[in-house]
Amino acid sequence: MKKLMMSVALGAALGMVAGAASAQTLNQVKTRGVLQCGSNTGLAGFGQPDAQGNWTGLDVDFCRAVAAAIFNDAAKVKFVPLSAKDRFTALQSGEVDVLVRNTTWTMSRDTSLGLEFGPVNYYDGQGFMVRKKLKIASAMELSGASVCTQQGTTTELNLADFFRANKLKYEVVTFATSDETTKAYDAGRCDAFTTDASGLYSERLRLTNPDDHMVLPEIISKEPLGPAWRHGDNQWGDIIKWTHYAMLTAEELGVTKANVDEQLKSTNPDVKRLLGTEGKFGEAIGLTNDWAYRIIKHVGNYGEVFEKNVGQGSRLKIARGVNALWNKGGLQYAPPIR
Amino acid sequence: MSTEMSSAPPSGTASRAYVRAAAAQVLPPPVATSGLIGWLRTNLFSSPGNTLLTLLALLIAFWIIPGFVRFLITDAVWSGADREACVAKGGVLPGACWAFVKDRLAYFIYGAYPVESRWRADLFFLLGALGIGWLLWLNAPRRDLGLVYFLVVLPLAVYGLLSGRNPLAFLAYPYDLVTGRSVILGLVFAALLFLAGFLVARSEGVRAGRAALFGLAALVILTAAGLAFERLWGAIGLAPVDTARWGGLMVTLVVAGVGIVASLPLGILLALGRRSKLPVIKFFSVLFIEFVRGVPLITVLFMANTMLPLFLPDDITVDKLLRALVGIALFASAYMAEVVRAGLQALPKGQYEGAMAVGLGYWQMMRLIILPQALKVTIPNIVNTYIGLFKDTSLLLIVGIFDFLKAIETARIDPQWAAPTVSATGYAFAAIVYFIFCYGMASYARATERRLSKADKR
Repeated sequence: MKKLMMSVALGAALGMVAGAASAQTLNQVKTRGVLQCGSNTGLAGFGQPDAQGNWTGLDVDFCRAVAAAIFNDAAKVKFVPLSAKDRFTALQSGEVDVLVRNTTWTMSRDTSLGLEFGPVNYYDGQGFMVRKKLKIASAMELSGASVCTQQGTTTELNLADFFRANKLKYEVVTFATSDETTKAYDAGRCDAFTTDASGLYSERLRLTNPDDHMVLPEIISKEPLGPAWRHGDNQWGDIIKWTHYAMLTAEELGVTKANVDEQLKSTNPDVKRLLGTEGKFGEAIGLTNDWAYRIIKHVGNYGEVFEKNVGQGSRLKIARGVNALWNKGGLQYAPPIR
Repeated sequence: MSTEMSSAPPSGTASRAYVRAAAAQVLPPPVATSGLIGWLRTNLFSSPGNTLLTLLALLIAFWIIPGFVRFLITDAVWSGADREACVAKGGVLPGACWAFVKDRLAYFIYGAYPVESRWRADLFFLLGALGIGWLLWLNAPRRDLGLVYFLVVLPLAVYGLLSGRNPLAFLAYPYDLVTGRSVILGLVFAALLFLAGFLVARSEGVRAGRAALFGLAALVILTAAGLAFERLWGAIGLAPVDTARWGGLMVTLVVAGVGIVASLPLGILLALGRRSKLPVIKFFSVLFIEFVRGVPLITVLFMANTMLPLFLPDDITVDKLLRALVGIALFASAYMAEVVRAGLQALPKGQYEGAMAVGLGYWQMMRLIILPQALKVTIPNIVNTYIGLFKDTSLLLIVGIFDFLKAIETARIDPQWAAPTVSATGYAFAAIVYFIFCYGMASYARATERRLSKADKR
C-alpha cells in the first residue's frame, strides 16, 4: 500500500513536471544560445570524450546536427553526461533538451515516463562472439556451448529465451561487471560471449588476440536506440525527427559534407527540397530553409557519421548491417521531404 | 674501549680487597642481541608464533612482489601512440601500458577543461600548494594571514580563475536596486553588506546608532568596490568555462578541498550545538547529524543530483557540480561533528569548570580552553575523516561528474587504447595517485600529533 502511495505521488510529481515542460523548447534553446544534450558518460563509438575532452561519437554527432540546424554552429552544444539512472529525470526536469544516450525505445518508456522517442539512429541487438577456431558460422550451432554474460541484465533473459525457443542446450556463466566477463571469455572460461552487438566489437579489441574471434551474424533481441524528448512539445519533436531524416535523405541522395556546396546547384528536385533551394520546409519546423544544408555542412550525412564513429573509419569497424539504408537492405528509412 | 673510573676510590673502601678499585671493562653486547641479528631476533623471530608469521609473510612477499615488479616495471610498455603498442605480441601479454597513461595524462589532470585555458588550472594547483605550504610550514611568516588567504582569498581566487566568472559579483548586487535589474538579489545583498558593517562595528563596542552608520558606510564602500572590481574583471577578460567541462584531478582536488575546508568549522558548530543546553539548537543539531549519518553518501548525491531538479521550478537550474559540492560538504560535516564531540567529551569536567571559574564566557571558554585540547586529541580521527572524504570524491562518477577516477574510466574504454592490460594500468595509476595524497595527509597528521603531544610524554 505504502509502495503504491509512493508511486502515485512520484507519478503525479513527474506528470506535473512533464506538463510544465511543454513550453516551447526551441525558444528556450534559442534564448539560451546553446543546446543541452544528455549524453553517455562514456561509451566507445557513441559518446565519449577524446584525449582533449572533446565529445565524439554517433550520438554526439546527432546532438551536433541538431545544434547545427538551429544555430548554424555545431559547437553550440553542452553535453551533460548522464548515468543510466539519471537520464530520464534529467530530461523530465528540463536539465537537458534532448536525450541521445543509447536509450532503448520500449513501450513502457514511451508511454509512462512523459517522454517521446524519436527515429532510431542505431538499431542494436544482442549478438554472440566466438573463437574462429570453433568453426561456427551461426548461433544455431551453439548447442551445448557455455556462454559468458553479465548478470542481472536483460541480456541474460534474452539468452535464455533464444536457447529455449530454438531448443538448444547451453550453460550460462555470469559475472558482475563487463570487464570481468571479457576477461573470463578471453581466458577460455566459455565458448561464446554475448552482449549488445555494438559492445561486442569494442570488447573484442580488449582480447589478447582480437583477430582470433568473430561476431556471429544472428541478432537475438531488438534494441532500437534513439533520441528522446519531453512529451507535448511537438515542434521540438519535429526538429529532432527531421534532423535524423535529413541525414538519411542526404546519404540516399549522395549529398556529403564534401560536396554539399556543389549540390546546391543541383537540378534534382529531391536535392533542391532537401537543401532548401526549393520550398519552405525549414520554416515549417521553426527553422530556416537551409536547415538541412547546415546539418550536412557541419556534421555530414548519416553514412559519413556512421563510418567515422563506429564503422570502417573507426577502430570498432562495425558493419552497417541493419543500419544500412532501406534500399541497401537495411532498416534506415526516411519519409520523403515534400 | 673502557670507560675507566679514574679517580681514586673513596676513602674507607680502599682497605677492602674485594672491592674493585677500577670499573670493569665494558664488554660489547652479545652478538645475538645487537646489530642486524639482534634486530631480527627481537622483531621477527622472538617466539615460535612470530617466526611462523615472519616466514609466512616472506612467502607471500616472494609470491606477489616479482609479479608486481614484472607487471609494473620490467614487462611494462613505456611508449607508443595507440593500442598497437600494448596488444599481445605472439600471444604474450605485455605488462602495464604506461604509454596509455602518458598519452592521456593531461586528460586525467584537467578533464575536458579547454586546452588553451589549462594554465588557469595550473595556477590553481600552484595557489593551492602555496596556501597549504603557508599553513603547514611552522616557520612560515604571518601564518595568521595565511589562514585568511586559505579560507577567504584562495576560494574566491580559485572560483574566479577556474570558472572565469567574477568572484566578487555579489558585492555589486546592491547596485541592481538602482538599475532595477534584480530587486530581490539587490535587497538581500544590501542587507547582508549592511549587517556585516554593523556587526563588525558592534563587536568593536560601538553604540547601535553609530554602528548603523558604519553599516551604511560598509554598504556604500563595498558596493563601489564591487563595481570597480567588475570593470577590472571585465578588463582581465578570462573566458568563462562551464563546470561541465571541469574534470580530472582538478575536480577531485576542488571537491576534496571544499569538503575539507568547510567540514571542520561546520562540524565544530554542529558538535557544540549537539552539546548545547538550548533545546532547539540541540534538537536541530542532533536531527541533522543523525539524518545525514543515517544515509549513505551516494544517496545524498542522488538526492542532490536527481531529485532536487524535480522540486525546483523549471527556469532555475543549480549547477551540477555545486549541488554535489554542497552535498559532500554537509555529509562530511556531520561526521566531523561526531569526531569533534568525541574530543569534547574526552576532556575532564575540571577543564570546563576551571574555565568558568576564571570568568570566561561560553565562546571564550571554547576558543581558549576547550577546543584547542579537544581538537588535539582528535587529530587522528579528523585526518581519518579527511582521508575518507578524499576517497569518497570518487563516488562523483555515479552522478556524471568526471573526477580523476572517472577520467581514467572513460579513457580506458576508448577504442584508441583498447588493449588487454590498459584497464589494469589505469587502475594501478589511480591507486598510486590516491595513495600519494592519502599517505601525505596521514604523514602530516602523524608529525603534528608528535609535535603537539610533547607535553604528554615525559
